[in-house]
Amino acid sequence: MRIRVEHLTKRFGAFKAVDDVSFTVEDGTLVALLGPSGSGKSTILRILAGLDNADEGRVWFDEVEATRVHARNRSIGFVFQHYALFRHLTVADNVAFGLRVRQVPRETIQTRVRELLSLVGLAGYGGRYPSQLSGGQRQRVALARALAPEPKLLLLDEPFGAVDAKVRDELRQWLRRLHDEVGVTSIFVTHDQYEAFSVSDRVLIIHRGALEQEGSPTEILDQPASEFVARFVGEVNVFPARLEGEEVVAGALRARTSNPCPPGPVSLVVRSYDLKFWREEPGIATVERMVTLGDRVQVFAVADGAGPVTAQFPRRSSLLRGVEPGCRIQVEITTARTYPVADATSPGQGTGP
Amino acid sequence: MRRTDPRGGSPPVGRWVLGSVVLLYFGAILLGPLAALTGEVLSLGPGDILRALGRPEALQALRMTLTLLIIAVVVNAVVGVAGAIAVVRHRFPGRALVNALADLPLAISPVMIGLAFLLLLGRGGWLEPALNALHLKVVFAFPGVVAANLFVTLPFTLREVAYVLDALGTSDEEAAVTLGASPWQTFWLVTLPNIRLGLGYGLLMTTARSLGEFGAILVVGGSISGQTQTATTYIQDAVEERSLAGAYGMAALLALVSVCLLLALQWAKARREEVER
Repeated sequence: MRIRVEHLTKRFGAFKAVDDVSFTVEDGTLVALLGPSGSGKSTILRILAGLDNADEGRVWFDEVEATRVHARNRSIGFVFQHYALFRHLTVADNVAFGLRVRQVPRETIQTRVRELLSLVGLAGYGGRYPSQLSGGQRQRVALARALAPEPKLLLLDEPFGAVDAKVRDELRQWLRRLHDEVGVTSIFVTHDQYEAFSVSDRVLIIHRGALEQEGSPTEILDQPASEFVARFVGEVNVFPARLEGEEVVAGALRARTSNPCPPGPVSLVVRSYDLKFWREEPGIATVERMVTLGDRVQVFAVADGAGPVTAQFPRRSSLLRGVEPGCRIQVEITTARTYPVADATSPGQGTGP
Repeated sequence: MRRTDPRGGSPPVGRWVLGSVVLLYFGAILLGPLAALTGEVLSLGPGDILRALGRPEALQALRMTLTLLIIAVVVNAVVGVAGAIAVVRHRFPGRALVNALADLPLAISPVMIGLAFLLLLGRGGWLEPALNALHLKVVFAFPGVVAANLFVTLPFTLREVAYVLDALGTSDEEAAVTLGASPWQTFWLVTLPNIRLGLGYGLLMTTARSLGEFGAILVVGGSISGQTQTATTYIQDAVEERSLAGAYGMAALLALVSVCLLLALQWAKARREEVER
């Protein structure tokens, strides 16, 4: 099912949780709503589900307007962060719930429940109760339950937020495979950029209730539309800078920018992996600290006139030969983007958790 | 990592002294009177007691107590659940007031509640003309006793269920709705099973309160034997008439039921902790 959202607005008192959001989700795609907590992404999802009402705007499911359709009649599946399994029902009865309330014949229900449990890898668990399952298993039951009535749209609210970090990654890959198998249009909410990029076809970045950028994961990573997006989707360095002809200058740092920017004060945004460091006297920066993180090394330096710079390198990188805390280095910026300073809306810390 | 003792560094002597004091106090305040009652009942002998309890006034008082109990349990099951859902799940004008009023019966003395009922419904009361017009006798009659009993038992089920509903959150019910359940299906298939232990616990508390109610019922009902006399007001009258076998027998019977209720409450609490874990 194709989803079209037009000028969605939702207020809670004086607070605008959703501010004039419009987008389209193509049939059969898996889309992530990505943003910091409190950005309004869950509210958008709840409006799509019919669990909340928008103050303004419309929602279209294919060519039918669904804005005022009751959640019960939207043919959606909803997966909650904390599973929301019915604890007094067995796994099989949980999965059967959506079919039972629609008075589907008993034999059909049994067959369908068996199919779904094997689809989510829980065949043989039908007789257990939710309290006897692990977090990852519970979320798979929740997914099977949501899929049972064959929804035309699957909505997932931080689906892996309550699961252990280790299981989370498996579940993400599994969700992607499941989506490819079932093919139902799916929208999920996450505050984790890695999750959004590793699972979805398209990503919608939500910030302060508004749609900040929409695109494929690569588009968003390579061409962040604003300083907020650039900060949010990667580990970045941000320097106050000015334009000098073709170049952006921040203290001793110079870079060519990959996007056009109007004249005036700008922010120079550089990913931690778009930098080269090598030992050189006199150089333009001093190394302060080096931290080894498995196969990578993080180098913290201070650039003359520009302030702290953080960079990441492969651990055995030849660039790092002779680089040690206290030494002087040369810095080359390989890729950089500039944004007008007025755009400087901080998302708290630059990177997701 | 080593577990730290939650009782902190208090020396064993201090702990021992505190434990003994608490035990002594509980023993003196709680078990003393019950022991005295049991002793008195045993010394009177079961023959006299059973004879006293078998007399019509005693049986009628017991029947009245049982009737009030059944009404209180049924009405509070419905009103408690509906009220809790309204207070926790819905936003309506006057919600805060309802929420505050629900605790009123806990805060004021039952005797005052009885008196207030008299002023409202009794001779010269605000509603007297209306009741007369309908030929309804409320004060010193069965309806008044029922009303007073419902008043004092109101908070228990409602509070208990409201607490459970609040702790549960709304996502189970929302899940049911997105799966296509009607409001009625959501209530019977999801909400009610989720609150059933809290509801049971609340109804047990309601039962205990209803069995023990004395002040409000005495003032509104007047303890008329065979009409408004309950087990508790029967005890009062029996003491005044020096019919000790009846008084102690009835008291011992109520105490026995209360002990059973206590055990049931303990069991329900353990069950809830087990399920909610």
